[in-house]
Amino acid sequence: MASKEKELNNKPKKEVAKKYEQYVKQFTPRPKYFSNSLKAFLVGGLICMAALYIQNMLVDKGLSEKSAGAYVTVILICLAQLLTGLGVFDTISKFAGAGVIVPITGFANSMVAPAIEYKKEGPVLGIGAKLFSIAGPVLVCGISVSVIIGIISYFMR
Amino acid sequence: MKNKLGKQTFQFPLKPRIIGSCSIVGEKEGKGPMAKWFDIILEDDTFGEKTWEKSESKMLKQALLLALQRSGLEKDQIDSMLTGDLINQLMPSSFMARDLSIPFLGIYGACSTMTESMILGSMMIDGLYASNILIGASSHYCTAERQFRMPLEHGNQRPPSAQWTSTAAGGMVLSANDKGDAAVTQGQDVKEIYITHATPGKIIDAGIKDVNQMGAAMAPAAVDTIVRHLMDTQRAPEFYDLILTGDLGLIGKQIAMDLLNGAGMDVANIYDDCGAMMYFESQDTHGGGSGCGCSASIFSGYVYKEMRSGKIKNALLVSTGALLSTISPQQGESIPGIAHAVAVTTEGGN
Repeated sequence: MASKEKELNNKPKKEVAKKYEQYVKQFTPRPKYFSNSLKAFLVGGLICMAALYIQNMLVDKGLSEKSAGAYVTVILICLAQLLTGLGVFDTISKFAGAGVIVPITGFANSMVAPAIEYKKEGPVLGIGAKLFSIAGPVLVCGISVSVIIGIISYFMR
Repeated sequence: MKNKLGKQTFQFPLKPRIIGSCSIVGEKEGKGPMAKWFDIILEDDTFGEKTWEKSESKMLKQALLLALQRSGLEKDQIDSMLTGDLINQLMPSSFMARDLSIPFLGIYGACSTMTESMILGSMMIDGLYASNILIGASSHYCTAERQFRMPLEHGNQRPPSAQWTSTAAGGMVLSANDKGDAAVTQGQDVKEIYITHATPGKIIDAGIKDVNQMGAAMAPAAVDTIVRHLMDTQRAPEFYDLILTGDLGLIGKQIAMDLLNGAGMDVANIYDDCGAMMYFESQDTHGGGSGCGCSASIFSGYVYKEMRSGKIKNALLVSTGALLSTISPQQGESIPGIAHAVAVTTEGGN
């Protein structure tokens, strides 16, 4: 009886899987964490510097700091969308990684990329249904975490 | 069990021939080291179509029709057509077949489809159910990306072990009769290619869960099938001039070599992998090529032509497949690997 149950449970043995994973590791090159981080830091930093420069310029022109911030956000989003549409963004992010994905540029890209991809399935069931396929999970998790942190900070005050 | 050898191997007494072949690849593959072996290289991966699926479909159709033309046969002489691809419900294959009016059997073996269709086609011929069979397989980087991974323009970094789905298709005509290939009919000195044995593989799941480790997930299955084939046929690895796996890629190839070495087989001089051959390192595909079309195009391009000219006499073709679905990794499942082997030779025809 026990052996029959074993046969029904058709999963690979855990010990074997673990050993094989260890064995495979010696053949697998490791990602270049250091150079990837460095590139991300430099590009991400440059984007933030540029954003701050534009914001300061707008404030100098007489905008309030708050609306200048909003304009900068819009500029960054539009730029990332444009670059995605031109097919350049994925090349940039292959180089810069988190440097362009973490700022709002990554969010813009994650909306436009599925919009382009699923255009062929129609405006409603294609673009409409898939527009948030990448950004959606990020939003859900991000908002959920911010609610939890909000509650914690309420009680800590 | 007249035509079965050992545990898993079929032998084909009628020795079906491969009498025509065609390979088509995309732009990137056409800039790789194998470029000179392919019959058609696309200038544009859309192939003039509106969707990627249509483009893949057209590639497969073109490959099959050209293979047919080269075999010297007519469409109505084909008894059956066996093809497959990676896309849901075999969209490229089925849509390719819809206006050809040839009896069609769609098959899914993930990237092992090419040898799976070769095995089934050979059995149909050897079982006297058919005289001429069209087989083929295709994959397209853009259809596979959107189904299995991310939209094309989405910016992300692929890990070093990730493989690149080849935009490629290959088609062959299997036949019980000789002749075939325009070169043969013109009286040129080319060899006939026979399919003598086939070893369908078992699913081997070594427990790899990382979808960016396809080569490692499939390598044990490839090794199992190769070892089983050699045991069943009582052949030494040296019998073959070439043992070629489908799409283990650069990492999977190393693992398979190491495992074969561990089984006491020194295959360093005769073993290679289509995924590892497909691209230059500078093309930045990381782990090498993958996809049904990877082995399909190299078998029906490089291997076919080298065998026709007599440079390769005996070859063992082993397409490898990772039988995961789009949802299985999310459900925490590991990747089941499979490999089917086909032995082809230019010697010992009857």
